[in-house]
Amino acid sequence: MTNDKIAVNNLFFTYPDGTEALSNVSLNIAANQIFVLFGPARSGKTTLLRLLNRLSDLLEGARHQGDILFNGESVFRRNANVIELRRKISMVFAIPTPLPGSIRQNLTYGLRMAGIKDKVLHEARVETSLQQAGLWDEVKDRLDTSAFALSGGQKQRLCIARSLALEPEVLVLDNPTSGLDPLSTAVVEESLYDLKEQYTIVMVPHSVQQGARVADVAAFMLGGELVEVCTADKMFMNPQDQRTEDYITGRFG
Amino acid sequence: MSATKLETSTPDVSPPVRWGEKIIEGLIWAAGLSTILIVALIFIFLLKEGLPTFLDIPLRQLFGKRWYPIEGMFGLASLLAGTLLVTAGAVIITVPLGIVTAIYLGEFAPPWQREILKPLIEVLAGIPSIVLGFLGWVALAPIIQNAGAPTGLTAFTGALILAYMALPTIISISEDALYAVPKEYRDGALAIGATQWQTIWRVVLPAAKSGIVIAVMLGIGRAIGETMVALMVTGNAANIPAFGADIMFQPVRTMTATIAAEMGEVAQGSLHYSVLFGIGILLFLITFAINSLARKLVGGESVRRKRTGF
Repeated sequence: MTNDKIAVNNLFFTYPDGTEALSNVSLNIAANQIFVLFGPARSGKTTLLRLLNRLSDLLEGARHQGDILFNGESVFRRNANVIELRRKISMVFAIPTPLPGSIRQNLTYGLRMAGIKDKVLHEARVETSLQQAGLWDEVKDRLDTSAFALSGGQKQRLCIARSLALEPEVLVLDNPTSGLDPLSTAVVEESLYDLKEQYTIVMVPHSVQQGARVADVAAFMLGGELVEVCTADKMFMNPQDQRTEDYITGRFG
Repeated sequence: MSATKLETSTPDVSPPVRWGEKIIEGLIWAAGLSTILIVALIFIFLLKEGLPTFLDIPLRQLFGKRWYPIEGMFGLASLLAGTLLVTAGAVIITVPLGIVTAIYLGEFAPPWQREILKPLIEVLAGIPSIVLGFLGWVALAPIIQNAGAPTGLTAFTGALILAYMALPTIISISEDALYAVPKEYRDGALAIGATQWQTIWRVVLPAAKSGIVIAVMLGIGRAIGETMVALMVTGNAANIPAFGADIMFQPVRTMTATIAAEMGEVAQGSLHYSVLFGIGILLFLITFAINSLARKLVGGESVRRKRTGF
């Protein structure tokens, strides 16, 4: 239990319009593994991801109950530093979102905003994070060109690199390969294996198959409830719950 | 095999003409063309009436200090100075205020405040300039005079009222520009640990740059072109204000006010008459220059990106 990076305890979440998006979700995420959250649309996956680093705060009037512990401390505690939290639990979205500016600027945004001005450190982080995201070879000669000129797959890897440049503890990926071709997808998945040496990865996969390819531990969500959570082998070979099996085998819906 | 068969079986007549579409296309073309035509006609008319100004009066005299039309002295320097002072004053007041208000409305204000403020700002835009001029005359001018100025009708009085007039334009266009910044940018910035202020300053504002520049441009255009307020509250004194700390607190006269005040009393076809049109040409050129400058500042690339979505 002490090994848990993140612990979600009896979490409920209600949107401002009264929709209940999460209902009594509890799960533990151990360090240095790939934790995959999968399930049909509107099952609460993204909501849970956005709660981890309190991006959910942006929704005025939403309510939550229960708790999320990060390194044993509640992310909702009164004196929690939300900005610091988001640097440690960094999120990448389904739609790649380069920020206006060059590739280099995109990568150093987070550092500059954290008040780190050391140029040598910037350079080092730019290179390391791009290599970790598998993008270095493609962009090393044009770091100062606009990030908007990259292809979809490159943009997404840029966003992953941008999060990595902050050296977070947890990398949260919300369907990071949506809209990517199979080759780019393979590159991203490949880099995930290497990244878990250093980071804890929480990810919503693009498909059940992708989940099965990358997961160490998997959780199946349905209608805001956690149906089942277990090791990936067990989940995708021999699920305990009938609903999980139906979904995985495609008999669902 | 089947492909060639398909090709040969294609009928050799063109598809039926869609008349409805043709007509709509034509109307849109005509509407677009008429704008260009009208602008061209206005410029030709201005040139025709105003050209003698630049041909008959030596340039040295034209840009001289003395504006005494009755004695045949048409020095525009004082009018240019008046317009410059009033406009610059208005812009310095209104641009920061307008952009900050737009940021507050778009990024910080809770929904209920936005619902009250936005319609109010639009009402502000609808107040006729004569009403604001009146307000400046009876309310603002005495305050400025009591504060120590020789008269209450000064460049500053005009600048303040004009700033107030340009404010709604700048606020609502800037706010639209901020609103158009995709939500993903904000999420992306917040997700890598930006504070709300850093997100606005480093991501949202740069992304909304082109819209904000357009807002400022339209605001300046409004301030330069406004006549009624300038006529009523700037003091109508065609002289170059003495340079000093109180430069804004002296009466001036703007180019627009000069045209409005004197057009009624000149003989048509006289030199004075054509000089008034000449002032119009100058105003036209100034606005054109500001537009071009703004376009340059925004940069053609980002405008195109905004329009095509790339």
